Amino acid sequence: MIASAQTGAAATFGRRRLKDRAFTAFLWACGGVALVPLGVIAYYVVRRGLPALSVAFFTKTPAGPLDPSAGGMVQSFIGSGLIVGMACLISIPLGILTAIYLSEYGRGRIADAIRFVAEILLSTPSIVAGLVVSAVVVTAMRSFSAIAGSLAISLLMWPVITRATEEILRLVPQELREGALALGLPRWKVILRIVIPTAGAGILTAMMLAVARGLGETAPILLTALGSDYVNSSPWRPTDAVPLRIYDYARQPLEALQQVAWGGAITLMVGVLVLSIGARVLSARQERRLR
Amino acid sequence: MKSLVVSDLSAWFGRKRVLRSVDMSAEPGSVTAIIGPSGCGKSTLLRCLNRMHEEVRGARAQGKVLFDGLDIYGPGVDPVDVRRRIGMVFQRPNPFPTMSIFENAVAGLRLGSKMRRAELQERAERALRASGLWEEVKDGLDEPGGKLSGGQQQRLCIARALAVEPEVLLMDEPASALDPASTLRIEELIQELKSRYNVVIVTHNMQQAARISDWTLFMLYGEVVEYAPTKKMFTTPEDRRTEDYVTGRFG
Repeated sequence: MIASAQTGAAATFGRRRLKDRAFTAFLWACGGVALVPLGVIAYYVVRRGLPALSVAFFTKTPAGPLDPSAGGMVQSFIGSGLIVGMACLISIPLGILTAIYLSEYGRGRIADAIRFVAEILLSTPSIVAGLVVSAVVVTAMRSFSAIAGSLAISLLMWPVITRATEEILRLVPQELREGALALGLPRWKVILRIVIPTAGAGILTAMMLAVARGLGETAPILLTALGSDYVNSSPWRPTDAVPLRIYDYARQPLEALQQVAWGGAITLMVGVLVLSIGARVLSARQERRLR
Repeated sequence: MKSLVVSDLSAWFGRKRVLRSVDMSAEPGSVTAIIGPSGCGKSTLLRCLNRMHEEVRGARAQGKVLFDGLDIYGPGVDPVDVRRRIGMVFQRPNPFPTMSIFENAVAGLRLGSKMRRAELQERAERALRASGLWEEVKDGLDEPGGKLSGGQQQRLCIARALAVEPEVLLMDEPASALDPASTLRIEELIQELKSRYNVVIVTHNMQQAARISDWTLFMLYGEVVEYAPTKKMFTTPEDRRTEDYVTGRFG
């Protein structure tokens, strides 16, 4: 009796262990499958892009029609920096202020409306943002320009910063706000000196994610900044950008130009990767501190 | 030292009324304990005394709270000034995580006024001595406040409240999240503080109220049932409900 009960239990445990192993293996496989596309992309971009990287690639503008070399894309790097830099100047302060309003003051209809708008913008196809800015700003200025590109990119960065920052500000415990208010500190000072520093790294993470998104956008820049073969540092003139140049060259039949496109791809990927890793490191540090 | 006199005070969370025309007073140089079962409104009453109640969404209060003869709910009174003079310690220790022990202790002074470093240091030491934490932290003032134990954190929060030199100290179950040794330490501290401050403390622990307070206020369903000297409250209460509660028959 006892012996049979024991073998019965052993059999049950054996079956459970088998199921456990099988399911664990299945989950690992799922994880692995999810990583495959990422691995393929990274492998391809590195294999095709790495040979394109050279001093000329980072320092020269596109070669003229009689030049057998493909030249570089320095104008795209400078252009991307200009467009995304100006987009940051617009969207970061605006996004953070909106987030502070929503998390610290916002209640009722106005706050709900702002949240709704941010939500809609977050899911708006980026080409629509480009189209709108193109119709309004480009038409009014009668010229494609870096600033028009920045405005289009801002439309995409603002909701990312707003929503992410709001979430992070909400994570700051209410007890800290109350503790500071009870010391007789005015609300704005509590927000500025207690709430924001406590959320600090999280807000930085939100910014980095938004910049990563802004750097990779192609469609809105195509319709607003147009692109250019020359180095431009004026906000008011047509300007090149890295994703734009990739898009352009990737459709060319010339091997040399396609290679430059791959070079652009790898630099863009590394740039975004560095920003994402930076964001991860900062938010991990933040979590440790709040725990 | 200033007295607090509450008359006909009511408070709401949205439509729900949580205080029903409360009358009470808290005398300088004494400890007043507010007791009652969970949800009776004792924390709300305390939070109405320095206008922290209204910080919760949908919360409001009506009535009079005379502080040194001046109604803190009167027109033109800035809640920031009220809280500057009527300090508060919360149930759970809440040191500011981005600040060191020193910065926590003088947070109210550092952020609320322009004070020179030397003076801040002096005030930090005085506050930390008053809260009995000085000897334990004097060699590590630049360590983060969050690294301290729970009981130490709570004494840091008491120091933080004392550093702005309030005239009344409100304490909302300040020892309920602490172990017995830390609780004892906080109770001793309250005894030391009462000579210099008007202390009002909310507690769900009747023995604690009996040990440390001079006056006790017993609340039930948002109303004051009885308000009397602590000794009388725990030996010969007037109201039947008080007797049932303090003898542990309910609550």
